Amino acid sequence: MRYMLTHKLDENEPRAFDPSPEFIEKMGAFMEEATKAGVFLAGEGLEKSSKESGRITADKGRVTVTDGPFTETKELIAGFAILEVRDKDEAMEWGRRFTNLFIEDGVYVEVDVRRVFEFPGA
Amino acid sequence: MVPVEETEVRRTVEAVWRMEAGRVVAGIAAIVRDVGQAEELAQDALVAALESWPRDGVPANPGAWLTTVGKRRAVDAVRRRQTGERVLAQLGRDLDERVTVDFDAAVEERIEDDLLRLIFVACHPVLTPIARAALTLRLVGGLTTAEIARAFLTTESTVGQRITRAKAALAEARVPFEVPGAAERAERLGSVLEVVYLIFNEGYAATAGDDWMRPTLVQEALRLVRQLQGLMPDEPEVHGLAALLEIQASRVHARTGPAGEPILLNDQDRTRWDQLLIRRGLAALDRARTDHPGPYAVQAEIAACHARARTPEETDWARIAALYAELARLVPSPVVELNRAVAVAQADGPAAGLEVARALADEPALATYHLLPSVLGDLLARLGRHDEARREFERAAALAGNARERTLLLSRAAECGSKKS
Repeated sequence: MRYMLTHKLDENEPRAFDPSPEFIEKMGAFMEEATKAGVFLAGEGLEKSSKESGRITADKGRVTVTDGPFTETKELIAGFAILEVRDKDEAMEWGRRFTNLFIEDGVYVEVDVRRVFEFPGA
Repeated sequence: MVPVEETEVRRTVEAVWRMEAGRVVAGIAAIVRDVGQAEELAQDALVAALESWPRDGVPANPGAWLTTVGKRRAVDAVRRRQTGERVLAQLGRDLDERVTVDFDAAVEERIEDDLLRLIFVACHPVLTPIARAALTLRLVGGLTTAEIARAFLTTESTVGQRITRAKAALAEARVPFEVPGAAERAERLGSVLEVVYLIFNEGYAATAGDDWMRPTLVQEALRLVRQLQGLMPDEPEVHGLAALLEIQASRVHARTGPAGEPILLNDQDRTRWDQLLIRRGLAALDRARTDHPGPYAVQAEIAACHARARTPEETDWARIAALYAELARLVPSPVVELNRAVAVAQADGPAAGLEVARALADEPALATYHLLPSVLGDLLARLGRHDEARREFERAAALAGNARERTLLLSRAAECGSKKS
């Protein structure tokens, strides 16, 4: 079963989108752990929204295009990972381990664990 | 009623167990040097977690907690086994050191070495391939006997006995808890990869029963081969097998129709192929490159030829035919030759393919193999020889073990019967 884990940070927190070398190292070790466990399929980290971002909204047939940064958005998606695990409990446990990385720095983080849509029957 | 909190902790314990079982068992086996006993002690650690986590909360590093508790029990077990022997005082101290430094990052590498040892032992050639598969899923994958039985469509007691006998056989053969040395390495690695491929195929092309695929086994095989890539990054054939499995798995959602019926490669909706798995497969293939590719890498190259073609017409059949010829040199087999016949037919026309396939008619190994008449039927039909084609499809249907495949073959036979030769 495939799950997407997205993590959201507060862009206004100074350290949130500007990780220290120590944090990057910890993140690297985590990614290696998940890869070696055979569960990490893909993932990326994202730049803050002041760097080349934009938003397209369609509502009631009206399309609006705006440029970043998304100052009104408090929790901004900062990265994602696609994991292939046996069930939701495993995905949640990886999510928990991921949030552990942020605890030391006292940074606010929220991880959403979502099931990836898969065609029925296989 | 069990409070919600406790149920949740229980689920966490079980999830962590499935994720960490291999490492926990491996760490303990490194101390007791017996995988059977290691598994029992690991189970004790699991029971301890089920007792203490709901009370004290889930530890920050649950995997390390399980390993440490398991290792402590292992040290106790070794001490009990050797009570009275004075040498053991020292050994006990050494073991204590091993256990207490457990959280050190440096120890991580040793746990990985232990895990690799466990995999080599569980896949030891003194065991039959099916026993190796069951033992690997249990010890490395952390599956329960019931889960393994469900996946292999057999009973829990059959799997239980298979595992018990396998552990006894390993103990009797005094298989050391070691990664094999250079002299044995190639053969033993072959034995490991064979087990992973068996698990995959048992799920991907179910050989018995009415279902065409059993997803649990496909997923477990993928997980194992991805783990092996991390444990043996310098073995090209490990990446070759990974590439093969990733690319084959990319077609899982395209190879069955709405009623579960099989859809052959050329008829598949290629937009349903999983591009993420294809990219992973092609990346693994890059890492598999060597001057002397092994059979898995060559099969992965063939799978990659299909994966790269956006339409069936774009398929490089000439290259596939050449790759099958290379594969036949590495592992001579009538089945490979039959596949080459199919590729030759695509590259140079059905008559050329028929010539290669016909040469296999008297091959005793293929006497009961449904794919030979199935291929002959297909080539004859394309040559407009419908009567002969119908007979071959009927013969193939009679030999097919899979119910859905049989239905497909009978419908092709009926199709030929309605046409004039």
